[in-house]
Amino acid sequence: MISIKNVSKWYGDFQVLTDCSTEVQKGEVVVVCGPSGSGKSTLIKCVNGLESFQQGTITVDGISVGDPKTNLPKLRSRVGMVFQHFELFPHLTITENLALAQTKVLGRNKDAAIEKGLKLLDRVGLKAHAHKHPGQLSGGQQQRVAIARALAMDPIAMLFDEPTSALDPEMINEVLDVMVELAKEGMTMMCVTHEMGFARKVANRVIFMDRGQIIEDANKDEFFGSPRSERAQAFLSKILAH
Amino acid sequence: MHYHWDWGVFFKPTGVGSEIYLNWFVSGLMMTLGVALSAWVIALILGTVLGVMRTVPGKIVSRIAGAYVDLFRNVPLLVQLFVWYYVIPDWLPDNLSNWLKQDISPVTNAFITVTVCLGLFTAARVCEQVRTGIQALPKGQTNAALALGLALPQVYRQVLLPQAFRIIIPPLTSEFLNIIKNSSVASLVALPELLAQTKQLVDFTANQFEAYTLGTLIYFVVNMLLMFFMRWVEKRLRVPGLIALGGK
Repeated sequence: MISIKNVSKWYGDFQVLTDCSTEVQKGEVVVVCGPSGSGKSTLIKCVNGLESFQQGTITVDGISVGDPKTNLPKLRSRVGMVFQHFELFPHLTITENLALAQTKVLGRNKDAAIEKGLKLLDRVGLKAHAHKHPGQLSGGQQQRVAIARALAMDPIAMLFDEPTSALDPEMINEVLDVMVELAKEGMTMMCVTHEMGFARKVANRVIFMDRGQIIEDANKDEFFGSPRSERAQAFLSKILAH
Repeated sequence: MHYHWDWGVFFKPTGVGSEIYLNWFVSGLMMTLGVALSAWVIALILGTVLGVMRTVPGKIVSRIAGAYVDLFRNVPLLVQLFVWYYVIPDWLPDNLSNWLKQDISPVTNAFITVTVCLGLFTAARVCEQVRTGIQALPKGQTNAALALGLALPQVYRQVLLPQAFRIIIPPLTSEFLNIIKNSSVASLVALPELLAQTKQLVDFTANQFEAYTLGTLIYFVVNMLLMFFMRWVEKRLRVPGLIALGGK
């Protein structure tokens, strides 16, 4: 479904990604972890073309992201993305947030879009808040709306960029619960996250990045059992210590 | 100072039909509002386009808008007006030039010239405000909108501009008031707007204190009303759950 081959990226002279290669199969859940500044977010943003890259290829469902001829908006409309800071549109109600891209991008009629939105809102347990504005919801609630907003586009895969990093500890689980459910339903997911509990529960594979390189790309059990690289061992021992 | 105030002067006949001097102020105010509002429409539309141009990816587009701002912001308004009024018409194609100078009345000519001048001048200032409004929004908003599949024009139309405009209502209000005040330069090119009419009253009656008191008061009251109107607009557009948009 998602194929990343030898991707390198520079900001000026500074190399942020070095020769990154990996695959996400259909229905697979892949967790990307690593220290701050290791290039995780940059890599996941390359997948839907929010960041450009200078070398290598990324294909999503067979379509090349880096090809200038690719219709990026169309490709992006088929790949859901959830952000660290939610990025709901604050001037629109929750319902409008859910309906906007459905009507403007997919051309669904307004009633159908609202109905679909409400159904997904119900699924993330927030139907009662449909009329509110994002600023009136808690962080956890906003992130669940953001997931529903992405799902409303019927995506073929979902990208999560540190979806729980900006949340109070109390709210992390309500978001992870939604993500776990999604994973169990067979959604193809690529998740940048430090939630190792989530990785343990639903990930098929774990990718560990450091300084723009993929250091470890292993099955979940292998990764948590005996990571091959010292860097990953050190990282794991730090974040799993408590 | 022994000045004999005569407030009754406004109700004296001008000698033309049953017209009194107060009528001059009314027509002057209408002309001021007409020219300022027309120019404001130009300034808002062009300023928004330019402001967007300054924020889109692509250096050339941004530089064109930047050059516009530099040109119109660094030349005094009065100089710009004289250029538009005395110089540009001679550079226009003959038929357009003749139309401006001969076919239409001098007042219409002045009205068009002042509207264009004020509109283009203020557009440069609106541009900078729109630009800062857009740049004040978190980058993630653009990313989120793009990630949903919206094309760049849709991102601006649906996501960025509605938020940016809410942020910049206070400075835009200033600009709106400025355009009313700046329209007084039109009195120098034969447009019978409020200041020109005030001066005319002085010429006719020598009641300069009364004339300028009333003229000043009208400018003041009109701008106060506009300010209250814009505050009402701002309140109406306020987004529930947010004190201020932008930043994180």
